[in-house]
Amino acid sequence: MKLGRIQGKVWATKKDAQLTGIKLYLMQPLDKNLNPMGREIVAADAIGVGEGDLVYWVGSREGTFAVPGKRIPSDASIVGFVDSVHVAVPSKVKKNDYINYID
Amino acid sequence: MELGLVIGNIVSTIKQKNYHGRKLLLVESLDAELNPIGTTTVCVDTVDAGEGDVVLVAREGRAASEILGEETIPVRSLVIGVIDHKGISILKPKHNQG
Repeated sequence: MKLGRIQGKVWATKKDAQLTGIKLYLMQPLDKNLNPMGREIVAADAIGVGEGDLVYWVGSREGTFAVPGKRIPSDASIVGFVDSVHVAVPSKVKKNDYINYID
Repeated sequence: MELGLVIGNIVSTIKQKNYHGRKLLLVESLDAELNPIGTTTVCVDTVDAGEGDVVLVAREGRAASEILGEETIPVRSLVIGVIDHKGISILKPKHNQG
């Protein structure tokens, strides 16, 4: 899953029947420092988000399972609110703790 | 699968029902020599990995439903292993240039 920030909302009255009742939001995917990463996408809401919320979302095939009991035609669905993100600094690996080079 | 580094975790109380009771880790993808390659993913932890662990991450396809045992589960990325101390051996670079 990936982090994202809800930027806005999208209405599409004429849409795939399976999307009826599903709210669509404009979402900006974020990187680990919560900076924008890539372009904004439209994501299906499964948990009741609002503009400005920090969330995580699931993409591709798993996006269709976000609403229990339904298969929605969505390749990006919002599945959780983020209360807080804890990032241990620095994210550096002591390589020789792990790697042994062999001839 | 791919290699990843657990750089932190996510606290999330309100979430889709399949996520209840599951720990969420923030994982940075690594290449074979453990250099970060720029993607950070939120993963469901299934092996109690901790911050700083180098882990095995299942990212694609049906791994999640297989492992979590539910057919339609909106989970994609999972931490499914912790790499051992000295748990990676790599042919010396001069060999694999050929």
